Amino acid sequence: MKRNVGQQIASANAEALRRVLAADPVLVDCVPAATVIPALGQGRRILHAGPPIGWERMCGPMRGAVQGIAVFEGWAKDLGDADALAAAGKLELEPNHHFSAVGPMTGMTTRSQPLLVVENRAFGNRAYCAINEGLGKVMRFGGNDAEVLGRLAWLRDVLGPALGRTLREIGGIPLKPLIARGLGMGDEMHQRNVACSSLLLRILAPALARTSTKGGDLAECLGFIGRNDQFFLNVAMAMGKAMTDPALGIEGSTMVTAMCRNGTDFGIRVSGTGDQWFTAPVEMPVGLYFPGYTAADANPDMGDSAIVETIGLGGFAMGAAPAVVGFIGAGQASEAAVFTRTMAEITLGPNPEWTIPAMDFAGVPTGIDIRLVVETGLAPTINTGIAHRKPGIGQVGAGVVKAPLRCFDDALVAFAARMGVA
Amino acid sequence: MTDKTVPTRTLIAAPPKVINIGLERFATELAAQRVTAVHVDWAPPARGDTRLAALLAKLGG
Repeated sequence: MKRNVGQQIASANAEALRRVLAADPVLVDCVPAATVIPALGQGRRILHAGPPIGWERMCGPMRGAVQGIAVFEGWAKDLGDADALAAAGKLELEPNHHFSAVGPMTGMTTRSQPLLVVENRAFGNRAYCAINEGLGKVMRFGGNDAEVLGRLAWLRDVLGPALGRTLREIGGIPLKPLIARGLGMGDEMHQRNVACSSLLLRILAPALARTSTKGGDLAECLGFIGRNDQFFLNVAMAMGKAMTDPALGIEGSTMVTAMCRNGTDFGIRVSGTGDQWFTAPVEMPVGLYFPGYTAADANPDMGDSAIVETIGLGGFAMGAAPAVVGFIGAGQASEAAVFTRTMAEITLGPNPEWTIPAMDFAGVPTGIDIRLVVETGLAPTINTGIAHRKPGIGQVGAGVVKAPLRCFDDALVAFAARMGVA
Repeated sequence: MTDKTVPTRTLIAAPPKVINIGLERFATELAAQRVTAVHVDWAPPARGDTRLAALLAKLGG
């Protein structure tokens, strides 16, 4: 007997969720980008965060980052030269997501940058993300001066190779158990990563020492990781991409496989509609600002980091991280569980391996169903950093941003047409 | 009126028990007058968009 559309979707969604939950993500290496993304070895290709966008529509921080990375790669002699190259269409700009990669905020990925490599051993695929640069003036917030480029050079020449040697010596670090512990220690893996960053350093430190070639470099590497509460974010992002990629292209599935933003547009992809992007103007985060800054300084939301919400972390796991609620100005700590319960209304099911102790060990809500988003009008909640709208200034706050419902409405209409439903 | 229904006189005399569905403003107005009301956060499917609601019905949403 022929199954009806609802049954087909239920079956496809069960498979999509199964693939995400069955993932076995392992942090296995850190390597120059062009060695794992061959397309980066050709021409002047720059991967950016979010859905596709051309230079002319890019926001200030994204333009600043593009200029900076063009100088860093030696394609331009200075920022002005880089600006002219970009305006003339002589830089190839493409989304990270098209190359199994993700990047926070501006998300710059180019040929020589070291990329963290996460292998999903249950499905054999790999995903990539650059190393977190730390706080302050950094390229992910549009920074592009000598200090920013100097740090990128150190990541390329010292920390990246050291992490690669270390991870290869260890044989990889399984990430699922690390996340499970981090949730129990108050992380949600988007705006709070202090527990997982510390747990990761605890594993890395002995092997970093064993594989170190210079004592001074070792101290700098340990200090750099130890000072950065958000070091783990980029690992979590590569993990998210590695977990969701096997769920791409399941005919009949309404599960979201990617959410991201480029500072101009918010974009989603849905399993059953394959590579197609559904975009809408990105919204402004609502949150708290560092001293001296206000909402007038803020740039609309940016980054591929919403991949962590796509797998049930970040704003979806807020119940695990009451401390972050205050940091991002999302209300009282006691309201943290409300965010998680609300996101459970738009997801396919809980993740039994990632649980929240303070919510009676409820699993994090996983697998956003576009039908549930459209039906309820509940937009996915994303925890995010806030960038200054001018390039080069950096982070000015942290907050919460809602995914625009129009993406989900448009995705539903396209999905229905694909299923022969009108 | 059957024997089991509440007489109108009693209904007016006793404090009201209110369940508010939909627009929260009604519940907050009652609260401002010290009337207890339970608010149910409800909205029409697909924010009242009949085209999307029809698609959802066909897609098993």
